[in-house]
Amino acid sequence: MKIALKVNGEQHSLEIADENTPLLWIVRDLLNLKGTKFGCGKAACGACTLHVDGEAVRSCSYAVKFADGKKVTTIEGLRNEEAPHPVQQAWLEHVVPQCGYCQPGFMMATAALISKNQEPTDEDIDNNIINICRCATYYRMRKAIHRAAELERDRLSLSTKNIENGEE
Amino acid sequence: MAKNKMSRRKFLVRGGLGTIGVLAVGTYLFRNPIRRQIAGALNTADTPYMGDTSTPIIWFEITEENKVILHSPKVEMGQGTFTGLAQMAAEELEIDMSQIKVVHAQSISGNMDSFATGGSTSISALWVPLRELAATMREMLLQKAAEKMGVEKSTLTISNGQVSSGRTEMSYAQIAEGVEAWEVPDTPKLKPVSEMKWVGKPVPRVDLADKVFGAPIFGVDATLPNMLYGSVVRSSKIGAVYKGADISKAENMPGVVKIVQEDDFVGVVAKSFTEAENAKNAIEVIWETTKNWQTEDIRSMLEVGQGTPFVIQKAGDVDDFFGEGSLIEASYWSPIGAHAQIEPNGALAHVEKDMATIYMSTQVVKISRDEIAKRLGMDKDQVNLAPTFLGGGFGRRLHTPNGIQAAVLSKAVGRPVKCFFSRKEEFQNDTFRPPTHHVLKAKLDNEGSIEAFEHNVSSGDVAFGSPMVPGIAEPILGADLGAWRGGMVQYGAIPNYQAISWRVQLPFATSWWRSLGLLANTFAIESFMDELAVKARKNPADFRLTHTQKDDRGERLANVIKKVVEVSGYKDEVVNNRAMGFAASTDANTPCAQVVEVSIENNEIKVHKVTCAMDPGLVVNPDQVKAQCEGAIIMGMSASLYEKMEVEDGALTPTIYGPYQMAMMKHAPKEIDIILLQGADSPGAVGEPPLGPIGAAIANAVFRLTGQRIRRMPLQDHLQV
Ligand code: FES
Ligand code: FES
Repeated sequence: MKIALKVNGEQHSLEIADENTPLLWIVRDLLNLKGTKFGCGKAACGACTLHVDGEAVRSCSYAVKFADGKKVTTIEGLRNEEAPHPVQQAWLEHVVPQCGYCQPGFMMATAALISKNQEPTDEDIDNNIINICRCATYYRMRKAIHRAAELERDRLSLSTKNIENGEE
Repeated sequence: MAKNKMSRRKFLVRGGLGTIGVLAVGTYLFRNPIRRQIAGALNTADTPYMGDTSTPIIWFEITEENKVILHSPKVEMGQGTFTGLAQMAAEELEIDMSQIKVVHAQSISGNMDSFATGGSTSISALWVPLRELAATMREMLLQKAAEKMGVEKSTLTISNGQVSSGRTEMSYAQIAEGVEAWEVPDTPKLKPVSEMKWVGKPVPRVDLADKVFGAPIFGVDATLPNMLYGSVVRSSKIGAVYKGADISKAENMPGVVKIVQEDDFVGVVAKSFTEAENAKNAIEVIWETTKNWQTEDIRSMLEVGQGTPFVIQKAGDVDDFFGEGSLIEASYWSPIGAHAQIEPNGALAHVEKDMATIYMSTQVVKISRDEIAKRLGMDKDQVNLAPTFLGGGFGRRLHTPNGIQAAVLSKAVGRPVKCFFSRKEEFQNDTFRPPTHHVLKAKLDNEGSIEAFEHNVSSGDVAFGSPMVPGIAEPILGADLGAWRGGMVQYGAIPNYQAISWRVQLPFATSWWRSLGLLANTFAIESFMDELAVKARKNPADFRLTHTQKDDRGERLANVIKKVVEVSGYKDEVVNNRAMGFAASTDANTPCAQVVEVSIENNEIKVHKVTCAMDPGLVVNPDQVKAQCEGAIIMGMSASLYEKMEVEDGALTPTIYGPYQMAMMKHAPKEIDIILLQGADSPGAVGEPPLGPIGAAIANAVFRLTGQRIRRMPLQDHLQV
């Protein structure tokens, strides 16, 4: 089956023998983007979280056929050319990672959350960030999520201002 | 004991690609009886660096851009060791943190610790030797600079890796350029802590950017051109012995390159990960098992009295007191625990005719290398073990048969092969934290002080049976020092006490799990201390303080207890449906005391706040020491409240996250307050000690709230509602 994917802004046309292959392996092994991790293969840990059309999905349990014609963003494509994404900025400020293995999944889940909700409460965080970190970096992660939301708010108000000033 | 002395060294310079001078610095010879090595490694912070060897080994490289690359013999698994080592080296090298990069030393460079990365010993073990090496290299560079500039060495100054005579300046890279012979000075005097610029500062982790931007740094990320994917069939049954396989269905499945049958396992090599997995699942293996084990079987084997006893600690005579009445006695249990690190075990192997290269996450670089060489029938020098960043270690990567399997598969197809475990295989083939049973006895005198105290711990093996502790060491050691870690009585003012370790050999693999016996032993001892405090009608923290002894160890423990009480405002009462719980432990010379604030909401034990006072000695990086405490506290909380493996019909279960319940964001305390005392002038253990008190502290708070004394982990399972 031919599959068209736009991954981190780049268009790919792939010939895939088994259309049920999880998107995770297409991204990791065919496109060689290793930032998206394998943890369980059963949608139970969140290490493989990436975005399909802006929604966070657990790519180990998401057949590539469902991504056909869609936009995929991985941790490698989260930042834009000039600057880290607010989530990455917040993660740097709070020095969140320990072993680091689960972190791309958490950052992608957080990026999806704050794109919809720029003022997440602790409860919103508890309900939406349901990945697993064995190093148990949750304490710093929560702070970093609030900080990322704050950075995102700043960014949005800045861009509204720019539009008002006709600088878009 | 003369420790960490450089008894022999060689420095040499090699030209390398993109490298001006490779300074290879060796070597530490440190021979100790095995007993002291291992016992020392586990029970004290006084562990020497146990690097081999007689051949030159690479510690530092200087690059053209005047950066220094440190080849670390210790692996980075999240504990922040690379950052601490970089700070220590930068200190003596007189360079900026931005000028140092840390990589994993590959086995081919010879820079290997023959012990392991574990036991919270990396920073303490390298504290002196690494700085001595760095200082020696600095002096060598100064000497050469003096020659090249034609000035006296004593007139030179260094700043950020630039050597200046006042008139001329040369970078380290320029100094090293073209030098063929180096003079090795006597080991220079080290900078006093008071003059240190990086040590003691919360510098950001050196691996931070890689981990935030998704760099491919882990074992499972490794790739080589022409690489194939492998998968090995593993049994789901305890004690299963491989007896052959029917591969007829798997052979012709899509993508299959080869099915590899060995005497002890069968594996498949295919073009993709999914094809390898599918073919593996189609192989029918004949397994021989002897018994259909159940959780109940394990429980009855484990009861104190069943195994082989060994007295590990004794003061006075408890028997004089346990004869008569008013003896207080209690029994505690802890379950089987899984490592559950998120990166599965795996390896990428490329076995060629005269050379094998293995990329993998391992905590035992040398043992992994040696095992692979042996299986392949190659010389050790022909096998290069290239460690990668570990997606979590926690002791899981001290056993590495996965390296051997990848190498065998690669050899069979003559191409690089990468394989790793499925999550089910991880859960069923883990080297588990052994379950434990504890029997505690005590007698109080008329004033409510402890007259006699006994701790019995019955546990599956931890250190015994692991490649790091050869069988010959077992009789020398007597009791399994991993199992009894944290099991000794730490209140030396008790006049009569003893601790007994009971060894039970379980039918499945049990081994090192972050902090070893500390988690379960502290849960039992510190819950029991709380029971005694209640009986004696004493404030639990004061009760501990009356039993700490008047020596350095006792005083450091007393200090963290006082500190945590002061900072947390600890009170032995329930306020607004919240109770505080207290516990303390000393692990590897690092005392740690914790106070938790707990409530019960919808029948769930909820930890709101943890205050933790710890004295790990000199702190190299306060931010990362705090990060270790935060992680250890939540991991310990997870294990104490939720985690357990069961044995059902001969198999370990559950086999996936979720059913194997672990702490998640919603469970994590929103407040964690860490206070670091520095009661020693060199660094001690950090990564494991804070796992000790948390379980008992929570159980003690639950008792205040409900009157229920929960004596079994996981606590949430045993809360009566
Ligand atoms: S790997 Fe996808 S959720 Fe665990
Ligand atoms: S940082 Fe190690 S698993 Fe999350």
